[in-house]
Parts: sequence; C-alpha cells; structure tokens
Amino acid sequence: MSELTQEKIGLKSRRREQPVGRFSNLKLGEILARQGILIAFALFLIGFTIANDRFLAPDNIMGVVRSSAILGVMALGVTFVVLSGNLDLSVGSMMSFSTIVVLDLHDKIGPVLAIPAMFAMTMCLGALIGFLVGYLRLNSLIVTLGMLSAIHGLTLTYSGGKNMDIADKEGTWFSVFGQSDLVGIPVPILIFALLASTLGILLAKTPYGRKVYAVGGNGLAATFSGINRSRVVFTCYVLSSFCVATAGLLQASRSLGSQNTVGQGLELEVLAAVILGGASLMGGSGTIFKTVIGVLILGFIQNGLLLVGLQFYAQYIVTWIIIILAVWLDIAAKRGKLWSPIA
Amino acid sequence: MSTQKPALRLEGILKTFPGVRALDNVSFSVIPGEVHALMGENGAGKSTLMKVLGGLYQPDDGQIIIDEQPVVMTSPLQAKSKGIVFIHQELSLAEELTVAENIYLGELPHKSFGRVDWKKLHAQTDSILQRLKVGFNAKTRVGELSIANQQMVEIARALTVEAKAVIFDEPTASLTDAEKVVLFDVITDLKSHGVGIIYISHRMEEIFKITDRISVLRDGQYRGTLNTAETTDDEITQLMIGRKLDLSRNASHHEVGDVALEVRELSCGALFKNIDFEVRRGEVVGFYGLVGAGRTEIAETLFGLREPTAGQIYLDGAEVTIHSPADAIAKGISLVPEDRKGQGLVLGMNCRDNMTLPQVEGLKFGPFVAETDEVAIFDKYKERLDIRTPGWKQTVGNLSGGNQQKIVIAKWLSMHPSILIVDEPTRGIDVGSKSEIHNLIRELASQGYAVIVISSEMPEVLHVSDRIIAMYSGEIMRTFTSDEVTEDNLIQAISGITSNRAA
Repeated sequence: MSELTQEKIGLKSRRREQPVGRFSNLKLGEILARQGILIAFALFLIGFTIANDRFLAPDNIMGVVRSSAILGVMALGVTFVVLSGNLDLSVGSMMSFSTIVVLDLHDKIGPVLAIPAMFAMTMCLGALIGFLVGYLRLNSLIVTLGMLSAIHGLTLTYSGGKNMDIADKEGTWFSVFGQSDLVGIPVPILIFALLASTLGILLAKTPYGRKVYAVGGNGLAATFSGINRSRVVFTCYVLSSFCVATAGLLQASRSLGSQNTVGQGLELEVLAAVILGGASLMGGSGTIFKTVIGVLILGFIQNGLLLVGLQFYAQYIVTWIIIILAVWLDIAAKRGKLWSPIA
Repeated sequence: MSTQKPALRLEGILKTFPGVRALDNVSFSVIPGEVHALMGENGAGKSTLMKVLGGLYQPDDGQIIIDEQPVVMTSPLQAKSKGIVFIHQELSLAEELTVAENIYLGELPHKSFGRVDWKKLHAQTDSILQRLKVGFNAKTRVGELSIANQQMVEIARALTVEAKAVIFDEPTASLTDAEKVVLFDVITDLKSHGVGIIYISHRMEEIFKITDRISVLRDGQYRGTLNTAETTDDEITQLMIGRKLDLSRNASHHEVGDVALEVRELSCGALFKNIDFEVRRGEVVGFYGLVGAGRTEIAETLFGLREPTAGQIYLDGAEVTIHSPADAIAKGISLVPEDRKGQGLVLGMNCRDNMTLPQVEGLKFGPFVAETDEVAIFDKYKERLDIRTPGWKQTVGNLSGGNQQKIVIAKWLSMHPSILIVDEPTRGIDVGSKSEIHNLIRELASQGYAVIVISSEMPEVLHVSDRIIAMYSGEIMRTFTSDEVTEDNLIQAISGITSNRAA
C-alpha cells in the first residue's frame, strides 16, 4: 500500500498542467457515488437531531427498532430472493394472509395449532412461487406481481372481507410474540435479531449460501458447476415465505386483531430496505448485515420525518424517493460515476 | 511512411486501479494508411489502453492527440465523432433491425415531419456494402447473418463516419479461414483510403499477414515497436513475455491406459448424429471442426446438460445415463466450457469461491463451509497453475483472461475428475498462458487423465492431441492418429463448407 501512496504523490506533481477544477469535481462525484447512501443517511440524522431533540433519545431509538422488526424480518427473506437474482413483490399481501389466518385459527383451533398451521399455509404459497420462478423459469416480477393480487384475493375470500379479531384479547398468551419484553428487550427485536443472525450465518458460512450467491451472480456458471439452480431459487422463495409467516405472527400478536390489508405496500418498503442495504437487484451481491442496516436506515428516516411533523401518508412518497435514490446510487457505485453513457 | 504525421497519438498514458498499475506511461501512435498491431499478453494493458482511447476510462495522466490536437475523451460517442471507431470482439447490433437501420442507428436520414427517408437510407447503405463486397443487402435482417457478416455490418458502420483510426479487437476470433480472407481484404481497402488501423490479436499468422508495425505491451508498459517485415515471431514473443516459448509439437509418448469413456451411436436431434469414439486414460483426444459442427453439443451431452436422443455412453466399460451436471461431476466428468465468462465463472465472486464452487457441498466443517480447506485448495492450484492474482479475495472479473481460464481449469482439476473435457481452452488468451495451458493438458494426460480437447485452432489440436477427431456438420468425418495427421488432410476432413462461405 505504501508504494501505491507514493505513486499517487508522484502522480500529483506530474499532473499540474491538468485543469484542477475538473479533477476535483470528478473526485467529489466519485465519493458521492461510492458512499452516497451513508452520506445521505448521516445528513438525515444530523438534520433530524437538530430539528427534534427527541430523535436520538434512547426510547425513540428502541421504538424505531421495534417498529422496524416486522419489516426487517420480511427483508431478511427477500434478501435471499434478491441475491438469487429474482424479485418478490408478494410479501406484503402474503403477510396480510398470514396475519388474518393465524388470528382466525387462534379462536378456532387454539394458538398452539394455529401457529404451525399458518406457517404451513404461508410456506405453501412460497413454494408455489418458488416452483413457478425456479422450476418453470417464469419471470419473477410477473409471477410475484400476480401473486400480490392473487393472495390478496385469497385473504379476502378467507375472511369474507371482514376484519379479524381474537375474541378474548386479555386471556391469551398469544400476545407474547408482539407485546412482551425479555431481559428488557422487546420480543420482536429479539426474534428479528435471532433470525438475522441465523440467516446471516446460513448465507455467509454454509454451502447453501454460497450457492445462492453463485446462482444470482451467474446462473449459467452455477449450472455448469453442477448446482441445481431451480432448487436454489425454489428454496429462496420458501425461505422468504417463512420470514413472511414470522412477520405475520409478530403482527398478529402485537395487534390481536387486523384488517385484511395490514401488509399492503410493505413489499415496496421491504425492497427499499434491501436495496438501501446495497444488495444488487441483478443478484449475487449483498449481505444480511447490510439488509439490517438498510432496514434501520429506512426506519430512522421514516421516524425522523414523523418527528419533524410530516404527515404519515407522505411516507409513501418518501419511500419511493428513497428507492429511486438507492437504485441510482447502486449503479453509480459500480461505475464510480453519478452518470455514464454506458451502463 | 514514418515521416507522415500520425493520425492518432497516445502519449504517456497512465492509469491505475486499486492495487494495479494497468498502464504505465504508455505511448503509441498510428500513421494514416498503416495497420499497427497492438500485442501483449492478457493483462498487459491492451484493453485498458483501448478503453482510455474510447473514452470509457479517464487516464490519470497523459494525452490523446488526434491530428496534432490534444483531446479529452469523455465518451464513446465523442470518440466516434473524432473519427475513432471500434470494431469490438463482442458485437453490439440490434438483431431485429435491418442492416441499414443498424448502420445508421441514431442518425437515420429523414424527410419532413421526421419521416425516415428509406430510399436514401438503403441507397447509402448499399453503396457502403458494395465497397465491402458482401453478399447481403441493406434490407437484410441482422439476426439472419453469420457472425462474420455481422462483423461486416459493424465495419460498414465504421465507414459512415470519416474514420481516422479503426480499432479491430480480436476480429477473427470467431471467423472461418475464408471469412478471414474477406476481412483482410476490407482492412487492406481501409488502409488504401488512408485510415490508420489498430489491430489487436494474439494470432501470429495474421499479424505477419496484414500488419505493418507491431507495438508490444507488457505489464502495462510499452516495450517497443517493431517493423513487421523485419521481425520474427520469436522476437515478438520475447518482447511480450520476456522469455522464449517452446511451441514445437509435443512428442511425449507415455503409456496409454484403459478406455475411460466410450460413446456409441450417440445422437442428439439435428445437432449431432451417430457419434462413435473412445478416450483412454492418459490420452488427449482433440475434436476439430468448424464452429457449429456439433463439438460443443457433444461435450454438453456428456456433461448432462443435454439429453441424447439415441446412443450409449460407457464409463470404464459400464453403460451410464447422465442426468445432470451434478450427476456428471459425481461420475468423474468435468467440463471447462467454451464461454469462460458466461459459463465458467461467477465474475463478481472471488477467486477462491469460484474455484471451489462445484465441491463446496463436500468441503464442510459441521454445517459450515470449511474455508481453511478452500484456501488450501486455492493456494495449491495458484501455485501449480501459476495463477497471477494478489490473493484469493480478488474478484475474478478483475483478472486477465488467461488467469481467469486457469481458475476455471483449477476448479475442475481440484475435483480430481477421471475425464476432463476442455472446450476452446485458450480462446482469447495470450501466448504465454496459452502454452502453459497446453503443457498442462499434456501433463494431465501423462498423469492418467482422459482428456478431450475441443478447439477451432488447428495448431492447438495438432500440438496437444494424441488423436484428432474431425467433425463436420454434426458427424465425425475421420479420426486421425498423430502420425497420419497433416494440416492438409485435416482441413479436407472438416471442409465442404468453406467454398460457399466466401463472399
């Protein structure tokens, strides 16, 4: 490294006749392109802290993390799907489905059976998507966009369009997942952390994780290396649906009652978090850790906007802006420029 | 000639990437009406230099001078407007459009209200095509053309601007011999019109046939310029790699063992039919033929990527059905595919992970990947194949073609297969790595591997094979032993198609 630095110093002296302004512009652009997300996030944090001194208060931070947990759990699963080179736009309506189903079954067959039954049903949906995208090689955008609508229909059919509520909200232990604390930390945060570390290890340290990266990075090369690409994609969707079911459980347990549309729009927020974390939509690059960071960035920005007095509904617009910014900075980071005539 | 002012001059170009000095004070110039070869091993800096010239990279230092005017290249579009035209190895044509539309893409002549002036477009296009003496016209859909003809469309595109310099990057990589002749005619024609030509190639015969001067890069540094008429391939090679090469026919005759692979009457639809051959341990069998003769398809069938429609495959005498690549790997068959970047490697992954990808399931420590074992495998093959990379963490996409190919080969060698199939093992690879890979193939055979080499380069098959199978249009025409094969009878066996390819 020291040799390189020396070379750079040597370079500077020779470069004198070059227009200096142009060069420094390029440099700034490069820094922006490479670290744009973090810089933007830092600016947000500073802005929010100045605007509202509650922003960095411990209880606010805990609140943000807690309310990000459900989104975060879903984002963990979607990270696998995105890494394998696909998309999942169905997680929002799938989460509504899980929530409604588990609440309904809670009163019918009791929570002990309701939870595994809900997991099984949700994962069947994941398996269906996995089959269509993995084995039939259908375009994941189309399949999951269709599933977004189809699962919504399924949920409404199941519930008859009515809200679902647990009859005896005081008397059930079902609320432990969403409402209680363990060693002073809210259970949703613990579940998020546990799932994140498990899946993080699965992705980073096991042969399966390696295969996910290979399939997303270059599916053909993975095939030529003897990897069963269809199976890997299939399992990513099943894993994603498992995460969605967990999120549904947390949601149901927190509110003990729900509308049919509880997860509506979450698919985009989840995707925003994953992209913010730096996972490439082309597949093959990203980590669970980065996704967790993305989830937190999104959570803090949304919370900050609320604290400075922005209407809740404005968040939908802000989320979109964040997605666009993140996607732009993602490709900019790759080419080291904010704009380039070639991709 | 040398008294003429250069059409294009690069001066003191310097470009560094993190950890690598890709170009170190490189100077280079092209005079109008000369064909100037740019040579060097992969990783020597040719591509980087051309990307600087094309405005894709900004040099850290140095100047591009066109017609005595310093120019700051910021984009390929600007390069084109300055008369610098690239004919790329990978073609960039819209297959669904006609030849004329492709050639004038973005600058279609038009009449009032923005309507395209088709008459003018086709007339202009046809006049250019006439100059190139090609057998298709302005209205032909590009997707219907052969690769060679598509390349002609690219060249035609270059002729629409007043080109000062045209850069050919490995233009003959996928051309037949007859098609090459046409290409060389075109280059000669361009030359006679005062265009300066930069010709990048690894193929010595071509260099000596059409170039006037040769500039050599090594390790990002300019090593000198030679007059083609006064030099020899030895001299060039030495400049390129700094040592002498032994390209003589490999005559090692070691013991050949039992039949490892036997194929009987194997067919796959229209791709190939009635294929019979066998490969013994310790033997290298070369498959030679034109592109599209069915060689790759046979390899893919043996590797479980295609299902044969008829015939049998025997491994060590026992009939087998190969269901999938995983199945083939389990049965000891490995394939180094022809498309290194598309099929061989996950370019965004690091060297180690690429190398151990097929066996990652077997390298376990509890439920986890045994990373220390992986590093040990990487280190072993880095040493053995002399893979030049700073370390296993290096992203494979950053390596030169030769080193990338060594990673692919290492990936399969580390699996200890009994049958190794290598498809176009040295395509687009520099001379140095090429001979290393050839030696490696011979060495593997002597260690008892059964090796199949598929190649479109005659010197390559002649050099490495014990027996050569000549294919034409999906069928085996003849099998040669190394004693009876000559260049002439080999060409005869694979031809029958060359005459109608000439335009």
